[in-house]
Amino acid sequence: MIVAEQKTLEEIKALVGNARKVLVVGCGTCVTVCFAGGAREAAIVAAELRMASKLEGNPKEVSDVTVQRQCEWEYLDQIAEQVGQVDVVLSLGCGVGVQAIAEHFPNTWVVPGLNTKFMGLPLEQGVWAERCAACGDCILGLTGGICPIARCSKSLLNGPCGGSVDGHCEVNAEIPCAWQLIYDRLKSLGKLEVLMDIQPPKNWQKARDGGPRKIVREDLRLGSGE
Amino acid sequence: MSEDLRLIAFCCQYCAYAAADLAGALRLQYPPDVRIVLLPCSGRLDLLTALLALEEGADGVMVVGCMPGDCHFLEGNLNARRRVEALQKLLQAIGLEAERVRMFNLSSAMAAEFAEAVRTMREQIAKLGPNPLRKVPQESEP
Repeated sequence: MIVAEQKTLEEIKALVGNARKVLVVGCGTCVTVCFAGGAREAAIVAAELRMASKLEGNPKEVSDVTVQRQCEWEYLDQIAEQVGQVDVVLSLGCGVGVQAIAEHFPNTWVVPGLNTKFMGLPLEQGVWAERCAACGDCILGLTGGICPIARCSKSLLNGPCGGSVDGHCEVNAEIPCAWQLIYDRLKSLGKLEVLMDIQPPKNWQKARDGGPRKIVREDLRLGSGE
Repeated sequence: MSEDLRLIAFCCQYCAYAAADLAGALRLQYPPDVRIVLLPCSGRLDLLTALLALEEGADGVMVVGCMPGDCHFLEGNLNARRRVEALQKLLQAIGLEAERVRMFNLSSAMAAEFAEAVRTMREQIAKLGPNPLRKVPQESEP
């Protein structure tokens, strides 16, 4: 899932600025399950903004609504009327959600309430860790299902580096060394020979370095496709 | 009692709610400004509900759970404490005093302590005064 974290109320207040009517839009997918921007969080942020603005002597009208996914036009259509009635939309979606709202409602001022952090998973309730860097050319088949791009601080393809100490990364002792994890896992699976192949430099053009990415699936497109 | 205060006490059914019941049976006196909300466990405390209570004008919110180590659901009271601390931080960010929310731990036999906890909370809130959100006019400035 996409993992995000709420901005501070101070930051949100600054982004909302002098707008009097505010719509807080939650998203029912990734940011709901990471407790950053779901229906409950949208209601909490809306209450915070109402209370803070009232205490400051300039009460705002703040309401909240949550759509199943902010990143699909169909779901955004459902809130078009509410969006049209406010001065600003505070999106509690990930960066995709904020941009989808901006793109779908060209006349609406939209600001982000979250900082989108990474693609990852919950290790336990309240703790999330990064697992995928969307490099565009998955190599998990070479590394026993542990990603050195996302989990090695240097994204090394032939690790570990000299900074691996007792299974931890030199960047931060709390980060497990991805290459130690890969070695341990391949060893336990009896597949250490996989590491005998030296990996050539990765084609980073398939990642962000090649510019914004786009996928076109002709088999799924409708009509003439024009 | 000098001024009219509104306290909300979210009480676990296994300890504080039973203690309040016992306080009643024992005819113990405690401030009448408290409204008790039954929870199946203090761990069921919902941050949004407590926040909305304060938005709607409650002056203080008490959360009362079992003694540490005695939770019927093992750790609900410890989880509740984390949530109370989160709510306190949130109140400060909003501009309200963190002391408007407080966690207490009791057992079901502690009727006198329940009455004392309500008195303590009432004194704490009386020092802060009524919730300023009650006084601020609803209308926007001209």
